[in-house]
Amino acid sequence: MIEIKNISKSFGDTEVLTDINFSFYQGKVNMIIGQSGSGKSVLTKCIVGLHEPDQGEVLYDGQDFLKLSLDEKKDIRRNIGMLFQASALFDSMTVEENVGFPLRMFTDMKTAEVKKRVDECLDRVNLVGKNHLYPSETSGGMQKRIAIARAISMKPAYLFCDEPNSGLDPETSIVIDNLIQEITYEMDITTIVITHDMNSVIEIGDHIMFLYNGNKWWSGDKQDILSSKNQELNDFVYASKFMKTLKEKLAP
Amino acid sequence: MIWRSFSRPEKFSIYRKQFVQEVDSIGLSSIGIVALMSVFMGAVIALQTASNMDSPLLPAYTVGFTARQSILLEFSPTIIALILAGKVGSNIASEIGTMRVTEQIDALDIMGVNSAAYLILPKIVAGLFIFPFLIIISMFLGIFGGWFICISTGVVSSNDYIYGIQYDFIPFHVAYALIKTVVFAFIITTIASYHGYYAKGSALEVGRSSTNAVVSSSILILIFNYIITQLLLI
Repeated sequence: MIEIKNISKSFGDTEVLTDINFSFYQGKVNMIIGQSGSGKSVLTKCIVGLHEPDQGEVLYDGQDFLKLSLDEKKDIRRNIGMLFQASALFDSMTVEENVGFPLRMFTDMKTAEVKKRVDECLDRVNLVGKNHLYPSETSGGMQKRIAIARAISMKPAYLFCDEPNSGLDPETSIVIDNLIQEITYEMDITTIVITHDMNSVIEIGDHIMFLYNGNKWWSGDKQDILSSKNQELNDFVYASKFMKTLKEKLAP
Repeated sequence: MIWRSFSRPEKFSIYRKQFVQEVDSIGLSSIGIVALMSVFMGAVIALQTASNMDSPLLPAYTVGFTARQSILLEFSPTIIALILAGKVGSNIASEIGTMRVTEQIDALDIMGVNSAAYLILPKIVAGLFIFPFLIIISMFLGIFGGWFICISTGVVSSNDYIYGIQYDFIPFHVAYALIKTVVFAFIITTIASYHGYYAKGSALEVGRSSTNAVVSSSILILIFNYIITQLLLI
């Protein structure tokens, strides 16, 4: 479980996050949603330690990440898997080397053991036999799956996914969403997905926070989100014609 | 960044592998351009010296002597370093800069890898290790280029040229050239890494960081060339 308490962050005179409190639960797909520029990515970077918040606490299973020493932070980071928006695969490495990188760097596993674990992870994301391809030789959807395989190779306790569906077609997006959900339940990990894709929210969101202008504006689950009376949330959720039509059809 | 780069590596075997890759990418892949530049540079120095020797009082071996001194003291260590600042410096800055803007460095940091040490330390060590070899190759090929052009055009005989390159040889000049080389190697690898590591934004910024790396390291090479010469030769 990850808890954030009173997180605020400014860049110069611009306040990007204001006093945010939230709990991300273990074994659930937690989601941070909001418009572009609402502070989702900055909040995520504060949680994983790429940005230091101006104030507040980030608790990983009770440990305040911001107060830990560098070595203790590294220990926590080795329990974090992250799926980046653009996948962030190392393009000088093959698929196998990408997925096996954390294992080679942080464990004493022998080459055969690393290979076995890499194959398991690639099997889990349905990419058997793609070991020797380079990222540039794979499609966008495959790159996301390779990144998921790399993120889970160390059996992390926390999984962060930054806009996992960006640039993907609707069918592939659903495959990636389902994969994230299955892995979360199977491994009983704390997953945080940052997205503005309402399909994903309705598909896999268990516990959702809506950010608006750097403030936590609303939180709840995917059932609540469709019936919320919050104006800003409704503007966001029902921005597309498809969602408006759905709302009209579902209306009693 | 420099202090983080020199902190204790997470795993030596991974860094050793990176070092070998960097020796290949920084050093071995530069042998061609270094060889080409050096042979032609040596040939031109020999020809220009010969064409400017109007006085019959100047012995013929002066061509070999001048070629050796010019190549050893200045052309090989400094001009080749400037060429490498362009080739290797832009390569390092654009490689690391691309990793920055495509979030690959963030991925390393989140995994708990010291990204500065993992990406930069092997490049610095590889540069310090391989540049002196490149400069020694350049010296030999520069002197060979001078000899080849002398015998093929007949401006100076082979014996005179060879006598000239041995005349009044001071071994410290080789040490001076290699000391300069090591300093230049450090400048090229660190400045380029710095510009790449702190690149922000898009591909355009990566291009800018690459250009800035080449310009700043070239200027620093010229400044340090003067300082080292003042300290060691005067």
